[in-house]
Amino acid sequence: MQAAAVELIDAHKRYGHVEAVRGVSLAIHPGELVAMLGPNGAGKTTSINLMLGMRKPTSGRARLFGLDPEDRRARSRCGVMLQESGVPDTLTVRELLDLFGSYYPHPMAPERAIALAGLEQQAKQQAGKLSGGQRQRLYFALAVCGDPEVIFFDEPTVGMDVEARRAFLHTIREFCREGKTIVLPTHYLEEADQLAERVIVIDRGVVIADATPAEIKSSVVGKRVSFTTTRPLSEGDLTGLRYSRLEVDKERVRLFSNAPETLLRELFRRGVDIHDLEVVGADLEEAFLALTAEAEKATVA
Amino acid sequence: MSAAVTADVAPLGRMLVTQTRFQLLTRLRIPAFSVLSLGMPVMFYALFNAIYGGAKQNGVAGSEFILVSYSTYAVANVMVYNFGIGIANERGRKLDLLQRAMPLPPVVAAVAQVLAALLFAFIALVILFAFAFLVGGVRLGAGTWLDLLWRLMIGSFPMIGLGMAIGYGVGANTAPAVVNVVYLPMAFLSGIFFPLKLMPDFIQRIGHTLPTYHYAELGWNVLGGGVADETVTTALLWLAGWTVVLLAIAVRIYRLDESRKFS
Repeated sequence: MQAAAVELIDAHKRYGHVEAVRGVSLAIHPGELVAMLGPNGAGKTTSINLMLGMRKPTSGRARLFGLDPEDRRARSRCGVMLQESGVPDTLTVRELLDLFGSYYPHPMAPERAIALAGLEQQAKQQAGKLSGGQRQRLYFALAVCGDPEVIFFDEPTVGMDVEARRAFLHTIREFCREGKTIVLPTHYLEEADQLAERVIVIDRGVVIADATPAEIKSSVVGKRVSFTTTRPLSEGDLTGLRYSRLEVDKERVRLFSNAPETLLRELFRRGVDIHDLEVVGADLEEAFLALTAEAEKATVA
Repeated sequence: MSAAVTADVAPLGRMLVTQTRFQLLTRLRIPAFSVLSLGMPVMFYALFNAIYGGAKQNGVAGSEFILVSYSTYAVANVMVYNFGIGIANERGRKLDLLQRAMPLPPVVAAVAQVLAALLFAFIALVILFAFAFLVGGVRLGAGTWLDLLWRLMIGSFPMIGLGMAIGYGVGANTAPAVVNVVYLPMAFLSGIFFPLKLMPDFIQRIGHTLPTYHYAELGWNVLGGGVADETVTTALLWLAGWTVVLLAIAVRIYRLDESRKFS
């Protein structure tokens, strides 16, 4: 079996009294496209920083291509797009690509990176004069300019318009087809659902799910049953029923259940007046909420 | 096999050259830095040369003496303002984060910062020298110009340490204040704006210990005559001592910043 491109082995990270990552083990293999989900402060960013060698684990290990992530040979095979980092405002797009290309042993031609990011018109503009979306595309170009094997895209589509976003997701898929490994920490569950073949959910410093988007959706919440009632539901209407979550928005009721048929049969039997019935597979967002809620229950208990 | 191994990483020499070139370009294009660093020394020189340029200083032409004074001012300015505050600004805008994830060794990035500052100082000196030659009518022998140039470069190392310590030690908003509190008194007590002899005795004694004073002495010494109070050797020894102290502090502060962010 081929060695993992990115690996965390029982990694822990403590900042002072706070343990941000509490034993994360995961392996991402060459050619995989993996989305990483988790609420803010869940340890997602810290995990990424460990993978990139920007932080050192308090215990456990991080590996990039089997090497210490700080090793220059490992970093030379790795491209990064970081949400919070800036670039010198007074250099042009083209100059920045020359600069970042010089860090890598086999950089792609700057023109190619510029074309991939769709920045042909802005090549001679200084970075400080770019719009938010263009700046985001510049960071994308810088992440790919070294022609790396694994690319970390941190929240890549923040600030992009619909068109740019579609083009960007298309490019990522292309990269994946070329055999590149892609790690995509994101808040956009929809994006993860569309793009990734594997989703890793991190919460409270541990991995709480690691599966395909479909598996995560079905295993956790199954179906979403929603309907409108003519009179408000009373306590008694729902006692004893099997559902994982209930949302009531005026007359609209939403229930999440792995057995929607049983649930509905019982509701009809109890004489609840149901209109506009809809039964659909829950989306990743709902799965995610359910997952983190479960993890919360587990820690409280 | 060995070819494959050497191609695993980019050559460090090329990386250093590119990094230095773009670091310099970045700073040159920030007007606040380039105008301050390239323009102010020329302006001060023109002003003081117009007032005192005609007078002789211990047998040396005032225009030459003033040129050396403002040359040391120019270089020290680049090191403390441009280099020091520049680094604090870049850290404030988190430019160091993405760079840290790159296959660029941090030490190469730091050396490139120093080289870019030296090149910037070199440019500032060439402009000032040209102005003094063309407008101020200063005529030194070719050997003397070069001698002055290398002394100003070598003697600037304590200021590099000071700039680096401030740049890595404080935030972008505090850096200018710290520079003014720490560096301005040093500049005033160096004797380049007015003779230190005019000051009370104890202030003179403080002034005589400062790196800026010995830096100016090292420069004036080039002109011969009695304009310098100490020998080249004495000035160099003082400056070497200050370099060791300030660079040690700077490296310690740099490491602290590194370990706070990246460990």
